[in-house]
Amino acid sequence: MSEKKTNRRDFLFTATYAVGAVGVGATVWPMIDQMNPDASVKALASTEVDISTVNPGKTITVLWRGKPVFIRRRTSEEIADAKSVKLEDLKHPEKDEDRAKNPEWLVMLGVCTHLGCVPLDQKGDYNGWFCPCHGSHYDTSGRIRKGPAPTNMEIPKYEFVDTNTIKIG
Amino acid sequence: MSEHEYTPKSKAGKWFNDRLPLLSLANHLTDYPTPKNLNYWWTFGGILTFCLITQIVTGLTLAMHYIAHADMAFDSVEHIMRDVNYGWLIRYIHANGASMFFLAVYIHIFRSLFYGSYKSPREIIWIIGIIIYLLMMAAAFMGYVLPWGQMSFWGATVITNLFSAIPLVGEGIVTWLWGGYSVDNPTLTRFFTLHYLIPFLILGLVVLHIWALHVPGNNNPIGIDIKKPSKDTVPFHPYIVIKDGFALLMFIIVFAFFVFYTPNILGHADNYIEADPLVTPAHIVPEWYLLPFYAILRSVPDKLLGVVAMLSAILILAALPWLDTSKIRSAVFRPLYKQFYWILVADVLILGYVGAMPAEGLYLLIARVATAYYFLHFLVILPVLGFKEKTLPVPMSITEPVLGGSVNMAAARSKESSRN
Repeated sequence: MSEKKTNRRDFLFTATYAVGAVGVGATVWPMIDQMNPDASVKALASTEVDISTVNPGKTITVLWRGKPVFIRRRTSEEIADAKSVKLEDLKHPEKDEDRAKNPEWLVMLGVCTHLGCVPLDQKGDYNGWFCPCHGSHYDTSGRIRKGPAPTNMEIPKYEFVDTNTIKIG
Repeated sequence: MSEHEYTPKSKAGKWFNDRLPLLSLANHLTDYPTPKNLNYWWTFGGILTFCLITQIVTGLTLAMHYIAHADMAFDSVEHIMRDVNYGWLIRYIHANGASMFFLAVYIHIFRSLFYGSYKSPREIIWIIGIIIYLLMMAAAFMGYVLPWGQMSFWGATVITNLFSAIPLVGEGIVTWLWGGYSVDNPTLTRFFTLHYLIPFLILGLVVLHIWALHVPGNNNPIGIDIKKPSKDTVPFHPYIVIKDGFALLMFIIVFAFFVFYTPNILGHADNYIEADPLVTPAHIVPEWYLLPFYAILRSVPDKLLGVVAMLSAILILAALPWLDTSKIRSAVFRPLYKQFYWILVADVLILGYVGAMPAEGLYLLIARVATAYYFLHFLVILPVLGFKEKTLPVPMSITEPVLGGSVNMAAARSKESSRN
């Protein structure tokens, strides 16, 4: 009989702890989630860019979600360079065709995948980009070739609205 | 706590003390028996308390004029510098005060390393100290972001991106820290809040640090256990108060030199350019006090492992009381440890130097060797040394070597007891 009583009390304790834990979790979560991007930040999701003035061999940088986006009109040598690289030589293997749907235009986040600095254009050992912070070298397709960065520079979602306009986001 | 019971002399004092024993606490602090051989390396605890209070007072006054908003922060700091009465002075004290705080804390830490102050029974004091040190780094980093200059912005970007090295959840954590997709206004406002909070957390931990210290009492330059109170101790007041006070004055002279003659020498010119998310400064360097760890981060060619190495370099200190296997505390009686100690000091200074240099060529090689040695010191040299080292004979008391007491332990003991 005494054993039965203990079991009932155990059940009550466990039930109380469980309800208490749910209550604490439900109270703490809003305090944590308030730090995530708010509605006004999320609303700035897309940007349209006029690219009619960009000549071959030139890069423009636009701000999207607080981050720079490089839009580079590549020269034919750069495209040939990017296409000739063997996938085995890459730390993060990606074909150039998959990174630049229209090979003349490379659109990517100008953010080094190491610790978030903005790499410099037309620099480094592979004539692509070079990050001055910790020495990552990227090729003409924005792929990591040398240095501490783990992955290629990210390609954002974008589309050609018409021949002269790119919509990022 | 004191050996004897304390009773206030006045009737009112006794009435109050029976209800809240603040007077007993004050009496404990003044009478607190302190080893009489403490040298000037022991004055940095008091100096650090002074630094903390200076940062809190100047920080509070700066917060009355500063505006935590991405569009206004930079201008509000310039407003403090140009328009606010004595704003330049208060800001320069606060900015250089951070450096002085770290200068003092590094001396304090290396004093513990030399005299073995982290060893039993003082492990908890040591670990609380490491937590304080971590909080200091967090506070200093977030404070550096507030002026919203180029170094503020890019320093914040690089440091918060360290968390992106965590597999799977890293990116989510970084977005959560930022409150957006890059360092921006939400990041600034939360950093301001936390920068305001952390000093008070440190203050609470300092109370625990001193409380934990007052249980076993101070270590001392020869690192032996002493009887308290005895002829090996002096009361904290006035003896230690005067010594701490004199050291503090010397320290304030150095502090004032930086504030009044070279207020910007420890900062970076780039931080007088307003934050620009499109341009990274050519050479990002953290403040001098973080350079050794920055060098460790950069010396590892893999992102995740680099971050792990940097954090381990700090956290390994918390395990020090168990990594150091020697029973002898003070390096005075450890001829080999003494040499390795100075090699470690040199190693950390070298790491600091290469941390400020570009991460390439010879600098990178030196950084790698120095990083490897840093871990070697704590993980191999210290544990092995405790077993292999032939230590020198340790005196029975602080007075013994001075008065030429007998080497014979039994004789020394009986002498001691007959005097008491």
